[in-house]
Amino acid sequence: MSLILDHVSYIYGDDTTLAVKALDDVCLNIPDGQFVGVIGHTGSGKSTLMQHLNGLLKATSGSIYFNGEDIYDKDFDMKKLRSKVGLVFQYPEHQLFEIDVFSDVCFGPKNLGLDRKEVELRAYDALKKVGLPDELFYQSPFDLSGGQKRRVAIAGVLAMKPDVLILDEPTAGLDPKGREEILEQIKKLQTETGMTIILVSHSMEDVAKYVDRIVVMNRGKVMYDDIPKEVFRHYKELEEVGLAAPQVTYIMHALKQKGLAVDVDATTIEEATEQICLEILH
Amino acid sequence: MLRDITLGQYYQTESVLHRMDPRVKLGGTLLYIISLFCFKNFWGYLIAVLFLGCVIKLSKVPFKYMVKGMKAIIVLLLITVVFNLFLTPGTALITVWKLTITKEGLKTALTMALRLTLLIIGSSVMTLTTTPNQLTDAMEKGMSPLKVIKVPVHELAMMMSIALRFIPILLEETDKIMKAQIARGADFESGNLFKRAKAMVPLLVPLFISAFRRANDLAMAMEARCYRGGDNRTKMKPLVYHRNDFIAYAFIFVYMVASITIGRVF
Repeated sequence: MSLILDHVSYIYGDDTTLAVKALDDVCLNIPDGQFVGVIGHTGSGKSTLMQHLNGLLKATSGSIYFNGEDIYDKDFDMKKLRSKVGLVFQYPEHQLFEIDVFSDVCFGPKNLGLDRKEVELRAYDALKKVGLPDELFYQSPFDLSGGQKRRVAIAGVLAMKPDVLILDEPTAGLDPKGREEILEQIKKLQTETGMTIILVSHSMEDVAKYVDRIVVMNRGKVMYDDIPKEVFRHYKELEEVGLAAPQVTYIMHALKQKGLAVDVDATTIEEATEQICLEILH
Repeated sequence: MLRDITLGQYYQTESVLHRMDPRVKLGGTLLYIISLFCFKNFWGYLIAVLFLGCVIKLSKVPFKYMVKGMKAIIVLLLITVVFNLFLTPGTALITVWKLTITKEGLKTALTMALRLTLLIIGSSVMTLTTTPNQLTDAMEKGMSPLKVIKVPVHELAMMMSIALRFIPILLEETDKIMKAQIARGADFESGNLFKRAKAMVPLLVPLFISAFRRANDLAMAMEARCYRGGDNRTKMKPLVYHRNDFIAYAFIFVYMVASITIGRVF
């Protein structure tokens, strides 16, 4: 039960003069229940990669296996793949269209051909999971705030009960509080349901705190694929490709240079505080 | 999905034609189109083909790219040919069942096909080498005498350039929303006509909302920069004729003379 990418390449605008290689020989293995962060700056191919995972884009070369089945096989059921691999696009609130929140969330499960009772049950469940207050269920989605709209859109995908949930920059354009809330909710979802989650972002700070593993993309290639601590050791190289390690990493490195014997691998503020306190007490 | 449409798009490259004043290209294209409908014999078309060949060569746009754009109108072309072929009265050539191909029909069908192809390739050369902004600038400048009779020339040109500018944006947006809804299990491809029309709702509602939002933002941005129509407005890049443009005018003049004398008289 996993998602495997085997030498996947994708070229935009093939056979024109404007051909762009968006993905270049990408190999990944995403086991069940993992929380993966995919990081890369604009145009590094991360969104393109995500659209391959549920078959919206077809790789120019290479293959993708979902639970051991080749998704490019002729008799592979794409519709089933899309219900199992849920993809939440960037600014997902732009896809809302129904007259009220509840019926919009029903759209996904209804397309799966479930009966009405099951559809409504799933929609209710999904809206609860993203923490939307009950009194908003029958309001027009267009009257909600930005953060609430986004929750509704995420619920719309969650209601399909996917095994893998992909979120493409779920925090873009939200204020720090809204960002924190959404990310906490996603983490909670992962620990409670054991769902595989792939979080796409360009902010290391967002990702460092929550994920088990980081995949760094650069120019369509996988640059690093490791646990956060290991990836942040390359903070100088990350800077060269337009990314940055969390601020804590910089502080720890600066402290070490000044002669404090701290562990430079601390990635969250809590870890760093602990390290510094220990060192001072010594 | 929708990005394959090449008809009417700008093709970025460096050529004499790309640098030419858009007024020359607009005027030249108009005259060329008129000439296509005036020819009375085969020689006229030969001149048009030669003229178009020279222009394509100068434009440095790959011919393959233009032909790709033709795919969009191949159905239209076929319908025209078939109708002309079978429905023109005259001396019969071949009769199959109830359909008769006449000599006159064959002739009109062929000329119509040739005329349409030349027309579309000719005008696509203009759009391939001219940005929409240049084109509307040319229209504004070319129609400026109409201001005397209170035609809102600047406003019309502005509307047109905004409309043109929004085509790629809305195409991209459609693509994005479509993908988002497919990811939620929407099906745009199967079912009967009624079912398909209904399936468009989840696509059209967000698209309209987004178009209105963008229009609103644009209006706000224009007001924030104190835009208030064309009065006393100067251009950052005013249109000025250069030596090449006069040569082009001369070239077009020669073409006109040739097509009138050869295409109509002989």
